[in-house]
Amino acid sequence: MMFGWCRRYLVAGVLWAAFPHGAWAGEAPHRVVSMNVCTDQMAMLVADNGQLYSVSYLATDGSTSALAAEAKSYVVNHGLAEEIFLMKPDLVIAGTYTTRTTVDLLKRLGFAVEEFAPEASIAEVRTNLQRMGRVLGRQQRADELLAAMDAEIARLQATKVPEVELALYYANGFTSGSGTLVADILGIAGLENLADRLGISGTGQLPLEALVLARPDLIAIDANGERGPALAKQNFSHPAFRAVAAQHRAVQLDSRYTICGGPFTLIAASILQQAALKLDALQLDTGK
Amino acid sequence: MMTETARYRLLIVLLSIVVAILFVLSLTVGPADVGPWQGIAGLFTGDDSLIGLVMREIRLPRALLGLMIGATLGLSGAALQGYLRNPLAEPGLIGVSASASLGAVIAIYTGLSALLPLALPLMALAGALCAVLVVRLMAGADARPLSVILAGVAVSTFAGAMTSLALNLSPNPFAALEIMFWMLGSLTDRSMTHVWLSAPFMLVGWLMLASLGRALDALTLGHETAASMGVDMNRVQRLAVIGTAASVGAATAVAGAIGFVGLVVPHLLRPLVGARPSRLLFASALGGAALLLAADILVRVVAPGRDLKLGVLTAVVGAPFFLVLVMRARRQMA
Amino acid sequence: MIRLVVSNLSASLGGNTVLRDIAISVSPGEFVGLIGPNGAGKSTLLRACLGLIPSSGEILLAGRDLRQMAAPELARHVAYVAQDRDIAWPITVEALVDLGRQPHRGAFARPAAADREAVEAALQRMDIVKLRSRRATDLSGGEKARVLIARALAQEADLLLADEPVAGLDPAHQIALMQVFRALAQQGTSVVASMHDLGLAARWCDRLVLLEGGHIVADGPPATVLTADLLRRVYGIEAYVAEAAGGLIVQPTRLAQTGIEQETSRDSTV
Repeated sequence: MMFGWCRRYLVAGVLWAAFPHGAWAGEAPHRVVSMNVCTDQMAMLVADNGQLYSVSYLATDGSTSALAAEAKSYVVNHGLAEEIFLMKPDLVIAGTYTTRTTVDLLKRLGFAVEEFAPEASIAEVRTNLQRMGRVLGRQQRADELLAAMDAEIARLQATKVPEVELALYYANGFTSGSGTLVADILGIAGLENLADRLGISGTGQLPLEALVLARPDLIAIDANGERGPALAKQNFSHPAFRAVAAQHRAVQLDSRYTICGGPFTLIAASILQQAALKLDALQLDTGK
Repeated sequence: MMTETARYRLLIVLLSIVVAILFVLSLTVGPADVGPWQGIAGLFTGDDSLIGLVMREIRLPRALLGLMIGATLGLSGAALQGYLRNPLAEPGLIGVSASASLGAVIAIYTGLSALLPLALPLMALAGALCAVLVVRLMAGADARPLSVILAGVAVSTFAGAMTSLALNLSPNPFAALEIMFWMLGSLTDRSMTHVWLSAPFMLVGWLMLASLGRALDALTLGHETAASMGVDMNRVQRLAVIGTAASVGAATAVAGAIGFVGLVVPHLLRPLVGARPSRLLFASALGGAALLLAADILVRVVAPGRDLKLGVLTAVVGAPFFLVLVMRARRQMA
Repeated sequence: MIRLVVSNLSASLGGNTVLRDIAISVSPGEFVGLIGPNGAGKSTLLRACLGLIPSSGEILLAGRDLRQMAAPELARHVAYVAQDRDIAWPITVEALVDLGRQPHRGAFARPAAADREAVEAALQRMDIVKLRSRRATDLSGGEKARVLIARALAQEADLLLADEPVAGLDPAHQIALMQVFRALAQQGTSVVASMHDLGLAARWCDRLVLLEGGHIVADGPPATVLTADLLRRVYGIEAYVAEAAGGLIVQPTRLAQTGIEQETSRDSTV
């Protein structure tokens, strides 16, 4: 009984895989499944109505996804091979680092899979966006998004900001140094990154006492509680941090804008720039 | 007799000096560039300077917790070994730490400790209490080494699995990663809040365990002989079980489970105190404090900026010890 | 005053009745030997007299109800030498013997002159002065036994209960121990010792109590307890019993045929 069921599906899978079902050359896929929160968001922005069938469950989570509301209108998947198989997509989009075994299995079963690496700069966001346009046969839409991004970047870069040093301080005391997407947008916003002064590159630890003594002008944190408590954000309630945050102003930066690269990442740049502009000259003088 | 007593006093003095030195060293080690004298001065000047803030709110609680938790682990290890008459007994090995972690995890991740901060040490205490009672029951009256360790393995494994389950079920995406903290322990960025929350429980636990000295000496000759020597075994059981649960529970609630300290320290110090369980108590408390302070300093010096877990270091030292002890116990049983 | 009065005593372990309706009294200066085959209830009786196991009936120690006495007070009246000679930690012999002084000291008091004297006397009595600095766990079985008895002597209680104290001792130390117990008795201490060596029991004890199946079969001077008839019935042995060299001599010679048959037939009916 059980065996028969399994075999039926296996046979179906093999038969189905044997016939060409992926995107024919030049023809856009019409049933796309995305398995990664970052490709989810990019695909939602680029895809035509009805072209994108399913996104991952993380895309619907407001703490990780900038497009959580939009994601609710798609079927949700959990990145499991069986689940994706039954959706019978003609294109699967995945990240290069997540659900590796699932992606390998899907490839072996003959699915067309496009993998996207996470972006470490706005330049890479542009590249990925263009590639998403090609993959989905929506180059025109991708170009529109790129043009809007370029306009926003130009606006941010044209804004005159005072000399402000900002510390990115995440859960568990992590920060972003050079070579990361967030550090890149700090540059676009015209702000200095404390991590550069402390010699931290990539994603690394920023010890609390180093943060206290470094006296940055602004500290960007995501203090919004996830559903359910954890120790990760205890560093925001540490008395030493609270004392410094009160002196130096903490700015709330929702991590959903910075976890993945996309046009929405520029919202983060704008938030940080606005916060810097609000610091008055007096405060900057005494801050150092 | 006299020479042994004199040697014991000398040992206590030396250990106290070592602990004091390590405590000060712990205050002066950290990622921020603070000179040793500048730092110590910042501790006492009481102004609002940033160095004062770093010293009082970050390094002082860390050093204090290192001292207190180390003392707790050393003392409870010595007390458990004396009480169970077993050199392999230790809060980590017999599952007390793992069960305290489970209690703390439940308190934190259900949000209970956010409503009522005292719930954190109390739940950890309850977890630790269950572990000691289960091991005591499973090990039987004579508490043979093998049965104590087997009971401990069962309790540890179960508590560890339940801890992962609780963390997995948490809707918070960070929770699952925090199993490392609960299994291996860390003192990074603890605050005075943690000190105030755990210190009263540890103090009460210490007093209970310290009062066991004479009874543990008598227990050298077995439960029945000890009872015939005027030791109230029910009282001893109460003090040992609750004292361990209170001190180890509170320590684990704020720093996670740190293994092997309670095993290594009494073992190293036993020959130096003439193997007397009563003398081993205080000496092990000091030795435990010294070991944990040293480990916490090393963690910061060896891998700065990586937040190495304390349990990693204590295991590197402790696991070979454990193997040697097991081999010796096996030879004795043969 | 009679040191120990036991009446109507019954005790059970794990659902089996091990002692039933025991009545026994021990006077000052008496050396009582507790004899009987394996499983007769000798150890259990000693433990019950210390309140180590639950029992029903009456146990009066120095005229007071044992169960009403606090543990430290009990320890000043009665000392106990357990059959189990397990020593958990390598403490020195001297430190071990000094443990016997615990009931006499306050919680953090330092050893007084009386404590030191008692320890010295016990070391000398048990011929272990030379062992005083040795680790107790390194000693031979016989040495350990003597050290543990010295510990009980240092307690200086007026009633000493010893569970098979001579087991594992060489003949010289067996006789030496019997002499120690005799001397203690002459000084007014009461000694109750369980033992398997009928020869020693016959020669040195003032009085013997013979247990079988949890009750007392005989209680009196050695000559009245160690009769060929009782030995055949209780132990299932034939023994040579005679008066010689100023004392009673008992030497088991062979198994009593009838006794064993009796034993097996009784077993089969159970």
